[in-house]
Order: sequence, then C-alpha cells, then structure tokens
Amino acid sequence: MKAAVIVFPGSNRERDAVAALEAASGTKPHLVWHRDTELPKVDLILVPGGFSYGDYLRSGAMAAHSPIMREVKARADQGVRVLGICNGFQIITEAGLLPGALMRNAKLKFICRTVHLRVENTDSPFTAKYRKGQIVRYPVAHGDGNYWTDAETVKRLDGEGQVAFRYVSDEGDAAPRWNRNDWNPNGSLDNIAGIFNAKRTVLGLMPHPEDAVSAFHGNTDGKPMFDGLVEALS
Amino acid sequence: MTTAQQPAVSLEMAREFGLSEGEYNNALEILGRQPTYTELGIISVMWSEHCSYKSSKKWLMTLPTTGPQVICGPGENAGVVDAGDGDAIIFKMESHNHPSYIEPFQGAATGVGGILRDVFTMGARPIANMNALRFGAPEHPKTRHLVSGVVAGIAHYGNCVGVPTVGGETNFHPAFNGNILVNAMTVGVAKADRIFYSAAAGIGNPVVYVGSKTGRDGIHGATMASAEFSEDSEEKRPTVQVGDPFTEKLLIEACLELMETDAIVAIQDMGAAGLTSSSVEMAGKGGLGIELVLDDVPMREEGMTPYEIMLSESQERMLIILKPGREEVAKAIFDKWELDFAVIGTLTDTGKLVIKMHGQTWCDMPIAPVSNASPLYDRPWEPTPAAAELEDAVRALPADKTLGDILEKIMSCPDQASKRWIWEQYDSLVNGDTRFMSGQADAGVVRLPGQSKGIAVTTDCTPRYCLADPVRGGAQAVAEAYRNLSAVGALPLAVTDNMNFGNPEKPRIMGQFVGAIQGMADACRALDFPVVSGNVSLYNETNGEAILPTPAIGAVGLLPDAMIAVGIAFKNEGDTILLVGEGTGHLGQSLYLREILGREDGPPPPVDLAVERRNGEFVRGLIAEGLVVSSHDIQDGGLLVTVAEMAMAGGIGANLSGLDGADAGTLFGEDQGRYVLAVRADKAAAVQEKAKAAGVPMSVLGKTNGTALTGRGGEAITIARLKAANEAWLPGYMAAAE
Repeated sequence: MKAAVIVFPGSNRERDAVAALEAASGTKPHLVWHRDTELPKVDLILVPGGFSYGDYLRSGAMAAHSPIMREVKARADQGVRVLGICNGFQIITEAGLLPGALMRNAKLKFICRTVHLRVENTDSPFTAKYRKGQIVRYPVAHGDGNYWTDAETVKRLDGEGQVAFRYVSDEGDAAPRWNRNDWNPNGSLDNIAGIFNAKRTVLGLMPHPEDAVSAFHGNTDGKPMFDGLVEALS
Repeated sequence: MTTAQQPAVSLEMAREFGLSEGEYNNALEILGRQPTYTELGIISVMWSEHCSYKSSKKWLMTLPTTGPQVICGPGENAGVVDAGDGDAIIFKMESHNHPSYIEPFQGAATGVGGILRDVFTMGARPIANMNALRFGAPEHPKTRHLVSGVVAGIAHYGNCVGVPTVGGETNFHPAFNGNILVNAMTVGVAKADRIFYSAAAGIGNPVVYVGSKTGRDGIHGATMASAEFSEDSEEKRPTVQVGDPFTEKLLIEACLELMETDAIVAIQDMGAAGLTSSSVEMAGKGGLGIELVLDDVPMREEGMTPYEIMLSESQERMLIILKPGREEVAKAIFDKWELDFAVIGTLTDTGKLVIKMHGQTWCDMPIAPVSNASPLYDRPWEPTPAAAELEDAVRALPADKTLGDILEKIMSCPDQASKRWIWEQYDSLVNGDTRFMSGQADAGVVRLPGQSKGIAVTTDCTPRYCLADPVRGGAQAVAEAYRNLSAVGALPLAVTDNMNFGNPEKPRIMGQFVGAIQGMADACRALDFPVVSGNVSLYNETNGEAILPTPAIGAVGLLPDAMIAVGIAFKNEGDTILLVGEGTGHLGQSLYLREILGREDGPPPPVDLAVERRNGEFVRGLIAEGLVVSSHDIQDGGLLVTVAEMAMAGGIGANLSGLDGADAGTLFGEDQGRYVLAVRADKAAAVQEKAKAAGVPMSVLGKTNGTALTGRGGEAITIARLKAANEAWLPGYMAAAE
C-alpha cells in the first residue's frame, strides 16, 4: 500500500500517522506539503491531526482551501481512500468530502483521554478487521469534536451504514440518542465519533487510532485499522 | 551622537524604570553623560532582577553544575546533558508568575511559549512539557478563575505546538493568594554535535530577525517581574504579552529546518526584554559590537519608537547571526513557513550597541561595561529558626475517626486530590512517543523519536517543607526528583531549578533563598545530580505577604529502553507488596497533620542523602532486571496514601497484613528515601535477598488482592470509595463557578 500524508502549517500528528502507516505497510508514506498541487500515485491519503492554521477562523476551515485539497478531492472522487483523523476529519468535512460539522466540545474544554468506541460498520477497508459491534479503545485529543448535522442527514447516515464509530460506555452501552454524558467526550450528535462517505471510501473520525498501535502505547486497538487498509489496498 | 527627539532623562524617570539612585549614578559614570531615553530603558531592563540575577547570583554560583554527563551548564538558553549514542537532552524550567496572575490565560500560554523557545533555539526538537503550578486557597475569590485561566492557557499553547504535556504538580495554599506560581518546563532532544549557542561571532555578519512582528505588548515586562505587587497590579495588564502558538509551531519547524543547513553562527530567542537582551547578550558573549537599524524590524503597529521596539516582549521572535551570504538560503525556509525574515543589522568590532532609526542614532553605548556593571548584591539574610519537634502523642490514631475516614479525607484534600481535571486538558499523547503521563507513574516517560531509548521527566517541590526549614526543603525537592526518576527505573541525569521566592530585600526571605540553595547544593552533590539550567523569580509578594519559598526542581533521567519503565498501578492479584527503606513515623509538616489534626507545625522530614542514593540505585537495579511490576515512591501523605494510589491506578486492592496495629506515624509519616514496590510472589524472596545483600531495609507490607485495602485489623476501605473521594474534589470545585 502506498500512502500520502498531507502536512499543513500547524499539523502536529503527521509523525504519529507516518509511524502507524509504516509499521503496518513496511513502506514509508509520502509527506505532501499543503502548497503542492500534485499528489504522487497512492492508494490512501491520510489527513492528519493538529491545529492547521492555528484553528483560526474555524477548525479546518482554512486548510480546506489549501491548494493540495483540490487534488485530494479529485482523487477521492476517483475512489482513492481518504482517512481524516481529528483535525483531518475537520478539514475533509470543511472541504465537503463528508457531511456535517465539528463544533466546540460541549464542555468547552480540550480533552485528552482514552475513550470506548463501538464499531458500527465493518464493510470498509478501514474497519474490515474489526467485528461489527466490537468495543475498542482509542485516545481522543481535541477541543472541537462535537459532530453535528441536520436531522435528515443523521437519519441517512444511520440508515445507509455511514456511521463508522460511536462513543459508548466502557461496558459498551449505547446511550439514548442525544445523550451528552460523561463517556461521550464532546457531546457529539447521536454519539457519533466517525463517519464514512456514501461509498465508504472516505472515513473521518475524531479519535486517534494511530496513537494505539503498539505495546509501547499500551493499546493496540488502532492497529487493525491500518492492517485492514494494507490488506485491502496492497 | 545625534540629538534625536526623545523624552528627557532624569533620576525620577530612572526610578520609575526600576533603577535605584546608585544604579542610575553608575550608568552616568559608565556613559560619561546622561543616557538617552532609549538607553535608559535598555539599561533598566539589563539591570533588572529578572535579567541580571543581581540578588541571587552569589548563591546560584554555589550550586554544582558539572559532571561527566553535562555538555552545557547554566548560562545558555537551556542546559544540555549527554544521553549517549550521540544524543543530547536539552531542558529548562522557567517561571511566568507575575504575568499569569494578572492575565492567567495569556500569562501561562506565553510561559509555555518562552520555555519552548529556550529549548529549540539550541537545536532541540521539544519532546515533552511539564508544569508546576501553585495557587492560593481554594476559597479565595480569585483562585477558581486563576486555575481555569492558567490551565486553559497552558493547554492552548502546548496542544497547538504538538508537544505532549506529560506531567506536573499543583498545590493550593493561602500564601499564594496574591502571587500564583506558573513554572513551565520543556525537554528537547538534539544531536550532541549539532547544538546551537548564542555567542555571536564574525565581524560584519548579518543579524537576522525571524518570527512574529513586533508590537507594543509586554514593554517593561521584565521590570514588572522584578517588583512586588500592590493593589494596582491589575493596571499592569498591558505589560502581559499575547501568544500565538500557531506561529510558534511554524517557528519550531522553520528553525529546525534552518539548523540542518550550515547557515547559522548563533541563535537566541527574544524572551524577557526582547530585542534588548537578545542583541546585547549575543554580542556581549562574543565580545563584539552590534549595530541595528530598527526601520527594518517587522512591525505590527505604526509609529513605534526605538524605545518601544527595543523593549517590546512580543512573542515568537528569534535573533540569528548568519554566516555571510547565507541570507537567501535562510529566507527561503522562512518564506516556506510564511514567517517574517529581515536582516536588521550587522556585527561590529566596536563593542558597542548602536541603534539607528529614521536616519538618527538613538543609542550608542558600550556593551561590556554596562553588562559587567550590572549590580551584584550580597543581600543580608537571616537563617530560618528551627521548628520544634512534635510531641510523641501525635502518633496515636484519633479514637473518634475510622482509618477509612482519615484516608478519604487526605485523598480528597486539595493538594492530594486527583488533578485529572487539569491534565485531561493537555494533549499528553501527540507524537506517539508517550509511555507514561500524569497519574500513571512517578515521572512522565517518553521515548526519543525513532528510538527505543527513553527519558523520564519530573517536577518536584514541597513548599510547606521549605517554609519550615529551607535547607531541608531544598534538599528534599532534589531528593524527591531523584526518587521519582528512580521509581520508574530511570538513571537521574541532571536538574533545572526554578527558584520562586518573596522580596529578597527582606533578610528573612533572603534567608529562605540561601537556605534552599544550600540544601539543593548538598543534595545535588551527594546524588551526582548537577544543576544545568534555571530561573529565579523573586518579589513574589503582595502587600508585604510573601509566598511559601518554592525552589521547584525539574529533572530528567535516562532509560536505555522506555519499555522497561515501571508505573504505579498494581497489575496482578497476588503480587507481593514490599516497602523499600524505613521510616521513623515523621509527622512534622505532613498532610496528615494538616488535614486531620489541623496543624501545620513541626520540622519537615530529614533527608539522608546517602540513603536516598543507596535506595535509588537499588530500585533502579531491580527495575533493570525486570523484577518490579509496580513502583511508587512515598511522598505526600505517607505509606498508606502511596499504596492507595497504586490500588486506584490499577483497580486492584491490597491486603496489608504487614501493617497490623500500625500507628499514624507508620501509616502517614512522610519519611524520605522510601518506595513501595509490587513484585511477583515467586520473585519476592529473591528480591528480599538482594535487599539484604545491598544493605537496604525491606519489609513485606502484604499482597495485592481484591477491590479494597484490607487486613490491617480494621475495616475494608474500598478502592471505589477512595477513587470517588480522590476524583471528585477538583471537578466539583471548578464546576461550582459554572
């Protein structure tokens, strides 16, 4: 699997992403600077976490208009897989690859902790190595992860299997809809932590699978995502 | 000297700028004339306590600063130690106390920004941040607002720049009601043969300004930080700088990229006193002169005067001396990162600082005589009287309280309560190199990028000990740092100190400073733990009330492999719990005494440095052999609190049959040099044999078991109960305002 990791001014989790991709695929991904207008031929484009443009204006809003994003969108249209993590989720959502918006966390504070997620759909290369309904632990580290979209869209996301991950309790309990409780770290709509596009070729999620891929991290729950991508895209 | 339009200088103005009459007369003598307005401003910041260390230098010189592991000691932007294999660790801790009290969010944020620059300016990529915070009494009307602002400010800056915050400490005490302490520490890694220093060299070499534009923020911040607060301190808000972590992140990447070329001769960040201290220090260290043309300085505001430009403390700026002809190479890198780049002057052979603007000369003064004349004081000091020993009766447990109630009370007191509310606001995981962060181990542990080698980082000080006995308190802070590194298995390398004290012009306060330094020096010598960088913050007083003396110690240790590091959590049922070291039941200045008996008296626990060293070496040896499952040093709250923390972290309880009939001294005494370890039951005998052979006292406390602390003949104290008490206080306190 060949991958590209896009670097914006203010990206700060690109090294984490590179390490996870390299460990899974054995190949070093390309680092692509945001002002570049061309992408190498790759199977996966990863938009990493961080504070692109300092989160000025709105998280991800300015990066979405960087020159490279035109090319990312064109490749996504051709079916190249795109993975947006944290700020990357915000950027690809602002760029229109995914519906909805990421708002300020409900408690108005940045939060860094390990959360429990339920894998909602395994019919994608991102999630194929998980079991449907499996509870996994990923860390989150964000201030703007409060996913929101209109009622019609959320119904569609749910109905068409576009919800990839939901925040759940440590025992895997799904909360009642709209519940802003302690284990949903940001108050996101319907406890949504990550969503696919309609073709499930694009995944955006707030938590960080790339920081949970080794014994060193004390958590390997993110590893199947990268292994699954390598298996599907090699 | 042209006669530029500047306000007339007088003794009265010099006083307003913080100079004494003697210092002003000295300036007249050096220059042989009246200084200009710009010159007076420059001299006043160069001679401020903050920049000159005039009250503290005599005593700082007594600290040990050398050792085989030291590559660069105090005097540079940060200290540098050898981490083997050609790697160097660069680190420092610095205070931003005065600005953080006036404007907590920006004050704390720019504190983080400043310490990061001190580290990456030497060529290091920052890999870990820590912070040591002291606030006033929780019930003080300002405390909640200050906690909220400081933590948000640290999070705002540290999270954005992508450096994990892996630990720290937070205390509350009424003595900090009018002066909080915000001490931030950064640790970075560089190649030992690619370290950048600040001494300018090469007459005619270009002086380059990079980073943010200069504005009118923070003018005379260093002077503010060198005076006591009074009622009108709120009016000093304009002297607080405003930080932009996004620019800092770009500056880190751009500087590290430039450092991979051979373009740089010298580099320094513009910290306190901005362009003044950076230009004067760089030229002064190189024995050269420097001429600056301020028209070329990138400016954010129109109509700034030379005085304002030279004294601005605008953030995220660096001064670089380039090799001749390398301007284009350097400019291309800063263009890529969309940062300002301007050649603003040249190095000269005159030994003078010359400042030109609008075709006029605003400053023309010799650097060395002014720097060297920066005053040094041997301030009068009084030793702190020794506290009376406590009566033996305090060792008896009170008859009217259960042990569960006592432990619950201590676990939920503001100093001991979980600081999760704070550290969950910090990104502790970015870079993917964090092994242990807050709450998991006695020190934060990160690995070096791309390597398995790890470093451990800790910050320590117990201000109540330092107030009662500054010498013991100073030694204890160093010993505790040594112990926290040893407890995770790391070899202690070196120390950075952040000396926070009151007004040094008062002999009692100066005595606290002198005492703390003496204790620190003894401990650093005995533990081969030299001081390689530091910072002094004096005048932490409001309306004559001084803070508790707080010589905060930041320290770094080395792990050959970060994976060998051991955390505090109990991991298995049935592990044997061992006590390393022995206590006398010392309750003076303990949390037990304060929280349960309502007393803050007695001497702090003595520190036996030979025992610290022997026990530390022993514990590190066990960890290196892979014999230790869980490890925690005994500090605030004593033995039972330590075991409770290990149980809470792992969700596994303990049967403490070894503590049958123990009194308050045994359970809650804060004797030093001790650790609690959990080892697999089948290894316990071998570990005890090793202790015997090493002459290290060791006793069996019990075994890990169940979901409660049991087996001392008393009631079971459940982990759930302790956790609830420990976790509830801070979120509840902070929520009360919302």
